[in-house]
Amino acid sequence: MKFVCLGYAGQSQFEGVPSDEVKALMEECFAYDDELRRGGHFIGGEALQIASNAVTLRFQDGKVAVTDGPYAETKEQLGGILLLEARDLNHAIALMSKHPGVRFGPFEIRPADESINALIAERDKVAKQQKVGK
Amino acid sequence: MRHSEGRSKHDGRVQAGIAELYRQQSRRVFATLIRLLGDFELAEEALQDAFTAAVQKWPLEGVPANPQAWLVSTGRFKAIDAMRRRARFDKTIAEHGHWLAPESTEIEDFDETTFKDDHLRLIFTCCHPSLPPNTRVALTLRETCGLTTEEIASAFLSSPPNVAQRIVRGKAKIREDKIPYEVPAPQELPERLDSVLSVIYLVFNEGYSASSGAQATRADLSGEAVRLGRILLDLLPDTEVMGLLALMLLHESRRAARTDADGDLILLEEQDRSLWDQALITEGKQLVDRAFASGHVGVYSIQAAISAVHADARSADHTDWGRIVDLYDLLSQAGPSPIVELNRAVAVAMRSGPEEGLKLIEAIQARGELSDYHLLYAARADLCRRLGQVPDARAAYEKALALAKQEPERRYLAKRLQELER
Repeated sequence: MKFVCLGYAGQSQFEGVPSDEVKALMEECFAYDDELRRGGHFIGGEALQIASNAVTLRFQDGKVAVTDGPYAETKEQLGGILLLEARDLNHAIALMSKHPGVRFGPFEIRPADESINALIAERDKVAKQQKVGK
Repeated sequence: MRHSEGRSKHDGRVQAGIAELYRQQSRRVFATLIRLLGDFELAEEALQDAFTAAVQKWPLEGVPANPQAWLVSTGRFKAIDAMRRRARFDKTIAEHGHWLAPESTEIEDFDETTFKDDHLRLIFTCCHPSLPPNTRVALTLRETCGLTTEEIASAFLSSPPNVAQRIVRGKAKIREDKIPYEVPAPQELPERLDSVLSVIYLVFNEGYSASSGAQATRADLSGEAVRLGRILLDLLPDTEVMGLLALMLLHESRRAARTDADGDLILLEEQDRSLWDQALITEGKQLVDRAFASGHVGVYSIQAAISAVHADARSADHTDWGRIVDLYDLLSQAGPSPIVELNRAVAVAMRSGPEEGLKLIEAIQARGELSDYHLLYAARADLCRRLGQVPDARAAYEKALALAKQEPERRYLAKRLQELER
């Protein structure tokens, strides 16, 4: 099963922390990612810039309105995502409980919706075939 | 070309063999790894790593003489290796990792006895009485049977996070309370075995009780329970294990006959007995005989014996009701309960007429017992109906209907109530 792990962190969490310390923390996370890779559990991931660099689009009064900043103004913001392959939810919990990142902020583990993903994959295939046909 | 074709055919055979080995033996390898590594989650990773290594190596190097032993030592080696790597950057691992320096790095003599003992350890640990009953069920299905959290949730009409929490808390309790990973000592065994048997029977009944919705998944649950019963009997040939397996097989033999095309319940007396699975009946009856030959029968063996009497009769009228009443007497001694008394009353009614049965049901009611149990009123209603006491029958059916929760049961009672009005 595929799980999307959403890693949250306080926005000012790493302010004032010496850069070599931040580097060491990151190295720790990378080393655990390697462990996940070794077992075939790490499918991918994306780190995100700080939430203040985000814009949010909303459909309002018949048009799209653009506002600065993240959708939800919370103390902890989404900092990155990790795509995880695990046997089931308990396996995903076990794998992510050992991730050093959990010490810096909460992880939300969400199962991927494979029925919708199958539809997306199908469209993707059709689109690629059309491209080849041209 | 021919060479590579032969090669891939050979690889395919080895891979299919590994897949079969995984289905048959992975939980036993897992059980041994838990003992060696002292941790469920480490063992789970080690198990997956060991099978991954087998898929890579066996097609080239050949299947080892003792595949299970190979998987265990490979899994253990991989786990220790992973822990050493992780300990470099995670100090907390080094603190609680006794496995970092295993007292012996030599390959143990993994014989059949070792594997059987470990499998029993796993079963007894998952069913430990200090865990809440629904946690025992979830842990047993996931760790001992290899079901996923999602499969368990769907079978029990629960959500995956809910089941996942139960499993996480259960494992935490095993760790924190230091529940030993062992087969209970002989003096503890009867009580501990009781807990294991009740978990298996609960799983079976969850899959057997007709309920709308996910019917297929639920039949799978019964299959899992029977499989676990067989494994347990192989590991621990106790009388009551025989009894429970026999009981499940005899119930299972009637699955095709107990509901109609619309999913409505058909009572035992009205079932088409030609639909009963004779192979399951034969196996169940043999187990009942074996259990009774041992002399010390308990509640499961006696219930199985009752079920076997039904299996022998070609119709409800041809049933040896006298023998069934005797067995209920025996059951009352082994494990007295008002429900047993109610079932005995129904059997007495069949043997000696509805009046006799009704007297016994009224005695239960007079003590104020089973006052919320829909089947008491259903039984009462049925006896009143047979005696021509229509108003009493109607009142009892109505009460039963008000208390019944399962849709097929409710439909059955409603139908009976309707028939009464004609």
